[in-house]
Amino acid sequence: MPNFISLLCNTLIMKRITVFLLLGLAGYTIVSSCKKVQPSAPANEAILDGPVEGLTPAQNIIFLRGDVAFNDEIFTSETGLGPIFVATSCGSCHAGDGKGHPFSTLTRFGQTDSTGNKYLTKGAPQLQHRALPGFEPEKLPEGATFTRLMPPANTGVGYLEAVTDQDLLAMSDPTDADGDGISGTVNWIPIKNYINLQDGAVTKNGKCIGRFGKKAGAYNLMQQTASAYNQDMGISSLYEPIDTYTGLEIDPEVSTQTLNDVVFYLQTLKAPIQRNPTHPDVVAGKQLFVQADCAKCHKPELKTGYSPIAPLSYQSFYPYTDMLMHDMGPGLDDGYTEGMATTAEWRTPALWGLGLSKNSQGGSYFLLHDGRAHSIQDAIMLHGGEATNSRNKYNALPESDKKKMLTFLESL
Amino acid sequence: MRRILCLLLCLTGTAYAQIDSTLLRRKPATKNDMQLNMDAVYNRPFLSMGKLPVALGGYAEANWQHLGTEGITDGHQFQMQRMTLFVSSSIGKRLKFLSELEFEDGTKEINIEFAAVDMEFHPMLNLRGGIIMNPIGAFNQNHDGPKWEFVDRPTSAVAMLPATWSNVGFGVYGKQYKKDWVLAYEVYATNGFDNRIIDNTNGRTFLPATKLNRDRFEESYNGVPMITAKGAVRHRNIAELGVSYMGGVYNKFEQDGFVLDKRRSINVVAVDANTTIPRSNTFITGEWAWVSTDVPPTYSEQYGRRQHGGFADIVQPVYRKPLLGFDESVINIACRLEYVDWNVGTFAQTGSNIADHFVSVVPAISWRPSGQTVIRVNYRYNLQTDLLGNPAQRTAGFQAGFSSYF
Repeated sequence: MPNFISLLCNTLIMKRITVFLLLGLAGYTIVSSCKKVQPSAPANEAILDGPVEGLTPAQNIIFLRGDVAFNDEIFTSETGLGPIFVATSCGSCHAGDGKGHPFSTLTRFGQTDSTGNKYLTKGAPQLQHRALPGFEPEKLPEGATFTRLMPPANTGVGYLEAVTDQDLLAMSDPTDADGDGISGTVNWIPIKNYINLQDGAVTKNGKCIGRFGKKAGAYNLMQQTASAYNQDMGISSLYEPIDTYTGLEIDPEVSTQTLNDVVFYLQTLKAPIQRNPTHPDVVAGKQLFVQADCAKCHKPELKTGYSPIAPLSYQSFYPYTDMLMHDMGPGLDDGYTEGMATTAEWRTPALWGLGLSKNSQGGSYFLLHDGRAHSIQDAIMLHGGEATNSRNKYNALPESDKKKMLTFLESL
Repeated sequence: MRRILCLLLCLTGTAYAQIDSTLLRRKPATKNDMQLNMDAVYNRPFLSMGKLPVALGGYAEANWQHLGTEGITDGHQFQMQRMTLFVSSSIGKRLKFLSELEFEDGTKEINIEFAAVDMEFHPMLNLRGGIIMNPIGAFNQNHDGPKWEFVDRPTSAVAMLPATWSNVGFGVYGKQYKKDWVLAYEVYATNGFDNRIIDNTNGRTFLPATKLNRDRFEESYNGVPMITAKGAVRHRNIAELGVSYMGGVYNKFEQDGFVLDKRRSINVVAVDANTTIPRSNTFITGEWAWVSTDVPPTYSEQYGRRQHGGFADIVQPVYRKPLLGFDESVINIACRLEYVDWNVGTFAQTGSNIADHFVSVVPAISWRPSGQTVIRVNYRYNLQTDLLGNPAQRTAGFQAGFSSYF
């Protein structure tokens, strides 16, 4: 019997069967282990992009369309880029939906007070400092004051959009009635004709409350998006049809459907998730943050009103902003403004996602409106005006407490 | 009626004879120590019939892959990457013609990759005209799937350099043997690139984008010839070394007498080498290229002025015995290393390095049941860093497929 088995094993056919079995086993192992040998998804709290929870399948489809238009679509001369521009795609200014880099900094110029921009015929409000081959980019007109603006993170902006005007007005204190040295105000801006005001919107002399942009110069994400396509990439749309190069109205270069998809994408990006919220240093750092009165402007919690997107409706969220304008002192006064704001006033930036900023800024911090601060501490120390008191309180802390506050801010 | 029936019978007989395989002769690719990459275009297995001066050939490759990027995967993908048909003919004693027609991804892309007439005056002086392969680097000349142990073509060759890259033009080439040495050269003037290399949806200086210009086989984009030249030397027992250059004006600087821009040039230099280590029979091949593009200073820095990158393949035969009835069977293990820096330079705003680079490692196992067919399994691991140098995007997974001449 053993001889028979040995004989069988030595036969060519048995060898081939053995090889086939081994190959089959190898193939099965490869196919079944496909996902195990691939890079795993980063933890949800480690990245800024991704949708809010609770979208319907139909909303997921729109989100994905917007994601592709925002992150993958790179414009060329054939698809309408420029001819003068700042960036070639949305994603090039907001890598991973995070903050921008000095490479994609915007320059705005020409407005010094609430009477409007005096340089609109000379390319204002935004400088398009790049151009297609053969074209000359814009140059700053002589005498025009200007500011450089770092692209902000996109995450959670749908929540900010859904905060009611009433809540913003309730937080504002334009005359510093409570005497705490902080006088947050809303920025009243002209209403673009394509803007649909939200339910219960408050208007004043034909103006509405701005929410987006460093000076709160844009009412909502549709205005921000249409304006960015036009001013950043030189892409005209039904809503912003003026060619930045000729100043003439031209055919839309991006469809209204795409604009709507991108706006929906931005509205439904998730809020940044805090890392290690229960770590003792983070807990202690948050207490120090409140004690230093930072939370008076960087309000930890806001609430949304009604939103047609159910996951955004009537939600509490934690952006660390009051969305109001504050005078930040002469050090941060670049001599440029929008709407009714003064040149020294800036909208309180949301601090959520602050610790992840480096992952979209090439490994370094570029903070404050123009990226001049290269660390969170630098940013704190450059606060002035209404924030002088908080800056001094931070500066007076022992080093260990400063470290705790920075740990807390990095956890956001 | 009888005549018609006779004619039909005759035709049927002829048709039957055409598929009689005994009349088909297979001419295998020659293997010798003095072949160069530039010979690859003719050194392919062909099938000829009787005394007809026409030979046919081709190859096909298909694969499966399951790749994932940062936890996201498209799942199982089956791809018919390409099928290529060759037709060659001897027109006369020192006149020959070869054409290569490629179908990529089914019929998504159909290209005439090569269609040229060669006329020999002297071994050192041959005239070639038609659609030619610009001899930049080694891979563009020697790219047939069955020759490689890897499912994907090298990134530096197909995405930094534009392989497979062919154009209409004319040139000369020659080869000289001397004992254990062979020396060769090629020089061609062809149509060239266009503005798409810096104005494309890839968002970086991307030479292959110019292939979207379907008119390039019909007219030059700017009227200035692109020059491609290569010199190669091989020693029978040592290695082949090639140095190549490709350059010219890429942009449309003038039209109908109107000046549109200044002339902007592109220059590419490549070095390639391959050798077989005698004792272990280890085959090593690779190429490295440098691209320099005159990008307008007022354009976006995301379109790099300088790029460089390359690949190195190491192939080690480990089992060279009959297997499953295939007498010339060889099993190889191999590894490919790839690197591309899409944008060599620094940001004007910060002085920091512009990242945008790609690194890849591809270990592989291949089985060659015969010299003309390869079945291969690869594991690919890529890192792609964005322009700003943010955390790299990781892609990895298995690929398996076959590639075979027919």
